Amino acid sequence: MLDIITNMLSMCIPFSVALLLASIGEMFNQRAGVFNLGCEGVMAMGAFIGMLIPFMAGGGGAVSEWYNLLGFVAAAVLGALFGLFFGLVTVTFRAPQGIAGIGLQMFGVGTAGTLFRHFVGGTQSIPGIPDIDIPVLSRIPVIGDIFFSHNAAAYLAYLFIPVAWYILFRTPWGLKVRAAGTSPRAADSMGINVSRVRYEALMLGGALAGLAGAYLSIAQAKMFSDTLISGRGFIAVALVYFGHWHPAQIMGGALLFTLAQTFQTIVQSMGISFPYELAVMLPYILVIVVLSFTSRNQITAPTSLGKPFNREIRT
Amino acid sequence: MTKGFRLAFRAVVVLLAILATLLMASVILWMIGADVAATFYTICFEPLTRMLHISEVLIRAIPLCIIAIGISVAYRSGIINIGAEGQMAMGILAFTGAALAFPDVPRPLLLPLALLASMIGGGVWGFIPGILKARLNVSELLSTVMLNYIAAQFYSLCLRTIYLDPAEQVDGTGTPQSMRLTENVWLGRITGRLHFGILIALVLAVLIFILMWKTSIGFKMRASGSCARAARYGGISVGFYVAASMIISGAFAGLAGGVELAGVHRRAIEGITNNYGFSGVVVALFGGLHPFGIIPASFFFGLMIYGSTLAPSKVGVPANIVQVMQGIIIIVIVTAQMVLSNAYLQDRIWRKYQALRKKEA
Repeated sequence: MLDIITNMLSMCIPFSVALLLASIGEMFNQRAGVFNLGCEGVMAMGAFIGMLIPFMAGGGGAVSEWYNLLGFVAAAVLGALFGLFFGLVTVTFRAPQGIAGIGLQMFGVGTAGTLFRHFVGGTQSIPGIPDIDIPVLSRIPVIGDIFFSHNAAAYLAYLFIPVAWYILFRTPWGLKVRAAGTSPRAADSMGINVSRVRYEALMLGGALAGLAGAYLSIAQAKMFSDTLISGRGFIAVALVYFGHWHPAQIMGGALLFTLAQTFQTIVQSMGISFPYELAVMLPYILVIVVLSFTSRNQITAPTSLGKPFNREIRT
Repeated sequence: MTKGFRLAFRAVVVLLAILATLLMASVILWMIGADVAATFYTICFEPLTRMLHISEVLIRAIPLCIIAIGISVAYRSGIINIGAEGQMAMGILAFTGAALAFPDVPRPLLLPLALLASMIGGGVWGFIPGILKARLNVSELLSTVMLNYIAAQFYSLCLRTIYLDPAEQVDGTGTPQSMRLTENVWLGRITGRLHFGILIALVLAVLIFILMWKTSIGFKMRASGSCARAARYGGISVGFYVAASMIISGAFAGLAGGVELAGVHRRAIEGITNNYGFSGVVVALFGGLHPFGIIPASFFFGLMIYGSTLAPSKVGVPANIVQVMQGIIIIVIVTAQMVLSNAYLQDRIWRKYQALRKKEA
């Protein structure tokens, strides 16, 4: 029994990284006032390009770690480009963000699927990145397994949480982002270029979503398929609501949802005859339940979330 | 500003939108080294060359049309329903359930009953996000997507367990599918696989036109959608109409599933929903959220969906290209709408144009 619980908890941290990164990226978008529902599509593109580079380099066999790194970098750059594109649509042209996000999601998922079929074809695995056991700490029983023997990307992602907090709450740029999302008119009158800040936040958010996707394909699944993302992008958006637009609470949410996702593996490993599909449903049901209970949180939301800013129009 | 200039402005924007769509799709096609012109020909014109192809296009247009009409009702009421995929799956399950439960009921009774069941199945699935939006202000974008995933899992679970074909259990291949439904729920066929669902779609389009534009219920729904605050001030119970519009929207998606099952597949199998739910959003937007715009739009997208299934063998392009094009089309439509409704931009261009004319004179 203890084995199973340890096993489950030790999966929690590495499996939560994709949700965490995408969600923190979405948090920057929403703090700047843009609701980016295209996260899912950007993640799919990131996952595809992240898998493609090590696959092309090694043909599915062992490759130098540099190619994996290149995969992550390419995913981040591509994600930032998608963010830029979404900025063009929602900030410059002021298109309604919800429906434009659906478009971006379809575009990203579709493009990743199309390119994948052409460049890779079927299911192909890549070596991925190895787990690193931190000396001494990883040998503590139970705790060592849960916290100190994961891949390098997972550690870096968790180290990024305080960095994200610092950027958002302690840097001038973070203040501009929050101003652009809370009161763009006041920000504008103080000489902040609201459009520019929103573009920058969208690019950062896109890059993080791309990285999240690349993490899924390079470090977690070690392959790409059409169903790899399967709603994680949307869950990431929901997590931002759940986490009150704050990095630390988003981390808590990401861990909670990962726990729900690992539930299916426990059910299988314990040999309980529980319908597999019901276990897969769990995180999605949890999202709806959580959103219903946290709907009152929305008073803490950035007040201009989802509203395009037009300095030429009086309000 | 002259009338001619306004017309020219519209025409130029629409033309630019079409060009942008083609350009972006071409970039993706160019990346996979496909023949761009041949691909567009295969997707948009090849299916029109033979009668058999045209009937296949119409088969795909039927569920698209029904779903898109439902989505347009919700959209006009201020709620974006992207959960049609899940609602359609629930409709199929309910339809199958009714057909399996009463195999001996005569056809004039059973077919309407089963179609009603599919509407209830989809309607319930649409009601959940509707009531959550009305009561708790839960974003319908997120809740409907989540309900899609839940419905997809529930669908596989049902096919694998309670609906599983008894023949599959005896000597089957383990394919999760129901038994062939009784003939009493079949929709008749006109030619080839084309079934009478097409009439259902057309009748529904007229009914929704009447509901939305000729009754006070429709007016209240549209008022809730265009300005919720003003509608509430006018004494309209916005939450009620939002939830009601989601029930209609879900019921239509469920009905689309039932019609598809009764007309084409005649047994519940995996993959009937075929992304129609998401395509329906594009069709609704492309058709200007109006039933009479949606009818031609659903034909056009049926064409693209069928054309894309020809693409892999004809020009070596994966069928996913249709999803790429749909995504681009959504983005381009919403962007073009904003440009068209931007009076400031129009005015600025008008003045530049005037200045240019003066200089020439």
